[in-house]
Amino acid sequence: MSDFEAHGLTYGGFGPVTFALEAGERVGVTGPSGCGKTRLLRALADLDPWQGVIRLGAQAPLDMRASAWRRRVAYVPAESQWWHDGVGSHFTAAPSERALGELGLGPDVLTWPVSRLSSGEKQRLGLLRTLAGRPAVLLLDEPTAHLDTQRVLAFEGVVRQACEQEGLMALWVTHDAEQLRRVTARGYRMGPRGSWEEVPSWA
Amino acid sequence: MGVIALTWGDVLLAVLPLALLTLVFGMQRLGLSRPLLVGAARTFLQLALVGVVLKSVFQHAHPVWTAGFSLVMLATGTYEVARRQTRRFTGGWTPGLAVLGLFTAGFTVTVYALLALVGVDPWWKAQYAIPLLGMILGNTMTGIALGMETLTKTAWTQRAVIENRLALGQSASEAVADLKRESVRVAMTQIVNALAVCGVVSLPGMMTGQILSGSDPQAAVRYQMMIMYLIAAGSGFGTLLTVRLAAGRLLDGRERLRLDRLH
Repeated sequence: MSDFEAHGLTYGGFGPVTFALEAGERVGVTGPSGCGKTRLLRALADLDPWQGVIRLGAQAPLDMRASAWRRRVAYVPAESQWWHDGVGSHFTAAPSERALGELGLGPDVLTWPVSRLSSGEKQRLGLLRTLAGRPAVLLLDEPTAHLDTQRVLAFEGVVRQACEQEGLMALWVTHDAEQLRRVTARGYRMGPRGSWEEVPSWA
Repeated sequence: MGVIALTWGDVLLAVLPLALLTLVFGMQRLGLSRPLLVGAARTFLQLALVGVVLKSVFQHAHPVWTAGFSLVMLATGTYEVARRQTRRFTGGWTPGLAVLGLFTAGFTVTVYALLALVGVDPWWKAQYAIPLLGMILGNTMTGIALGMETLTKTAWTQRAVIENRLALGQSASEAVADLKRESVRVAMTQIVNALAVCGVVSLPGMMTGQILSGSDPQAAVRYQMMIMYLIAAGSGFGTLLTVRLAAGRLLDGRERLRLDRLH
């Protein structure tokens, strides 16, 4: 049995979608704009209505409160939102200095006001904020759109490390074919009419 | 008793400055003349009608008449809350929540005042019950309308924030806690301000009326204090209840933001 899987999943007129992830695996999802990629991630986090089967290990979303499910299966939106004045108040657990450093952020960034953050810093901190909750699955939606090349590679490295060391699974949505080749071994392609096909290898 | 009665001619004289203002607004093309005229006409008709109805309610001195008049006030207040909303809940929830808040807070506070404070016999006596309920309902209505408007409008503009909080695993009530707090705060500000300036900058209508009709100012002041405290409590509890229930309506059992329930 796979660790994170969906069978015949339909949502908002899209699907059916079927996939399976093993522990530590990173899998890509690509396709033209408007084909339902973001909505797929939202359905998997139970933020939107869906039908079919979603399973994490032996558990399904309806076995627990939706908020408990989302702490296990964490959706990271393309634009992270910040609602308190200070950066640090958004973290349930402080990220390690090492993790901050790998993403090019100083340890004092947590004491900054949110207004001081650039969009790229928000995107990197958004990842760390989600990782601080120690989810089992990361649902990433165009996660590096605001980053320059060097930061993109660092971002990918942080996710890869969490997968390899802690068994984190990642579903990675992007238009960037190069990125898919770098971070995932295989994935799925969505069509404009809601088609869903497996891509065994990006090569 | 001691009050000098106003004739219809006196009322006409009071209209004169307003007519002048309407004329000036019209020349400046502010688009205010028409609503001002309609408002003035409504004031005339509504008050004339209420004068006649109240006279007959007082004469009949039966609880059914007091109850009937109260229900009309409750219905009008509910309609007014719904009318002031930019976005209403589907399925009639906006007037539903408004009537619940108005009834629960407004009627409880009024009945408490009639029984425990004023001690009039019988407690439903229209001369006391209707003005008291009117003042409490009127202010509770403003609070509820402001609270609901702030809640739904902010939820609409802050959709991404609320959903990001949910995505991070916050519960439904955590994700909208700030929203609820802010809505109640906005709704209560007017009452807090009114309490702060009462008697110094503003002389409230009820107290002024009593003094004009020859009451001892000290007795009038005690009535006004009672009214201010009741109004504050009524709007506060009414707003708390309505905002809480309305916030619950914004999210469903799976802790999803349901802005499709607004239109």
